[in-house]
Amino acid sequence: MANSDNNRRKFFATTLQSVGLTALGGLLWSGYSDEVKASPLVLRPPGALPEEDFLKACIKCGLCAEACENRDSNKNKDGSKRPGTLKMAKGGDHRMIGTPYFIPTEVPCFMCDDIPCVPVCPSGALDMPSLLNKEEELDINKSRMGLAVVHKESCIAFWGIQCDACYRACPLLDEAITLEYHKNERTGKHAFLLPIVHSDVCTGCGLCEQACVTEKPAIFVLPTEHSTGRAGSHYVKGWDEKDQERVKDAKEIKTKNERSEKEASDYLNMEVEY
Amino acid sequence: MKNMKYLLLRRATQFVILFLYFGANAYGWHMLEGTFGTSHLFGFIPLADPYTTVQVLASGFVLGADVLLGALIITLFYMIVGGRAFCSWVCPINMVTDLANWLRRKLKLDKEEVNYRFLKRRTRYWIMVLGIVVSAVVGVAAFEVLSPITIMQRGIIFGFGAGISVIIAIFLFDLFGVRNGWCGHLCPLGAAYSLIGSKSIIRVEHNHTNCTNCMDCKIVCPENQVLYMINKESISVTDGECTNCGRCVDVCNDDALGFSIRSFAKKAEDKQ
Repeated sequence: MANSDNNRRKFFATTLQSVGLTALGGLLWSGYSDEVKASPLVLRPPGALPEEDFLKACIKCGLCAEACENRDSNKNKDGSKRPGTLKMAKGGDHRMIGTPYFIPTEVPCFMCDDIPCVPVCPSGALDMPSLLNKEEELDINKSRMGLAVVHKESCIAFWGIQCDACYRACPLLDEAITLEYHKNERTGKHAFLLPIVHSDVCTGCGLCEQACVTEKPAIFVLPTEHSTGRAGSHYVKGWDEKDQERVKDAKEIKTKNERSEKEASDYLNMEVEY
Repeated sequence: MKNMKYLLLRRATQFVILFLYFGANAYGWHMLEGTFGTSHLFGFIPLADPYTTVQVLASGFVLGADVLLGALIITLFYMIVGGRAFCSWVCPINMVTDLANWLRRKLKLDKEEVNYRFLKRRTRYWIMVLGIVVSAVVGVAAFEVLSPITIMQRGIIFGFGAGISVIIAIFLFDLFGVRNGWCGHLCPLGAAYSLIGSKSIIRVEHNHTNCTNCMDCKIVCPENQVLYMINKESISVTDGECTNCGRCVDVCNDDALGFSIRSFAKKAEDKQ
């Protein structure tokens, strides 16, 4: 009797310890996995799903990076081989290990017409349909790897010095970046030619960032999620017929509270304390 | 040299496979592209890691048909033919842990048997299940963010970076920590292949009438619990944890161990 009691106690103790250790392992593992997801400022290949979904979907096979690496066009001007754009994140890269990314200042995306990196993706992390145009052809101009941002305090064109390096490097010349003409009031006789990025065209390829002449690029690509704002759906453009459509069927909302019991003119003229 | 036949064959297989993967990136070959996660054989046959596939599905992403088909092909291959052969004939970590294991024997680090209360051979199955659960909770394939197998494979193809430290850690763990610690106790991929390959047809077969009970096979075997029948019964090694590495066949000087086909083995038994 005592023996079976002992056995039972031992069984429960072992089970409890196993469950506890499994929970401990699960917590540590979950914590670690969650932390390694948190590397938001990383540029992905064309057609990549939004970062959260991309990290789920990417099976870390490297087929995109291999397709990129083995382009015949990966040559420097002197004919020597140039590394491909896409890298596979290694330990120490501080990006989720095994996922493809690129650094524009090292090798930007040259926006190949046939986009070799995307059709080879087996998992769907690089979403080919998002890059098809109306004729159902691959169109690299539809990719949104990021969005270039100009830091005007360090951009020498904003100082009044003539520089259009980014404007000329842009594969979508005079579309993604345009030069805006302003008079230089300081000298009274010179012009500012200011680079302006247009987010509806910019693909985030990074050629501008690589071309920028300043010590640390004054134009740089950030993932679109991090270089854009959002006004919110409660702003409706009264001058935009299409935007007006959104509020066509809106119902009037009557607010009822202490204030609304009186006419506006009443309480505005009284010294009511709320 | 005589008793290294399967060892050399395995090393050759591992090197050729890794070299083809390496060449796909470095020279643009189309023999075997990608990594274990998903590969393309001859440019069009998809191959995919079944455990990775399950993790990604658990994280809540519906994978492309390529990956699912590839996982099916790999699963069927090891289920029907290879058993747990991935671990000893393909996986690059096998070379690291084999080296650690060999050094352990040379340095005589295993004089005393140690019983690790919460690190059993079955721990890996818990880790395998836990990996799927964590994938579902966190929303990312959980083993893939730390798998030394693909870290080493990508290291060979794309460069190691700091990832080499993971490989060194596995080596040190197996050498100074637990004997067969990674492959035999922890690796969830090995656990998955143990389950997938447990009914495969290629098996090591033991003939106990030839056996002289020298126990060389048990010393060299990385999963020696599967060799419980040595000098007792003439049966096949049917445990899925056997990696079909063939080291036991190599070291046996008495012709008591050899590879066989499971169904034939059974028929021979019936005749007796």
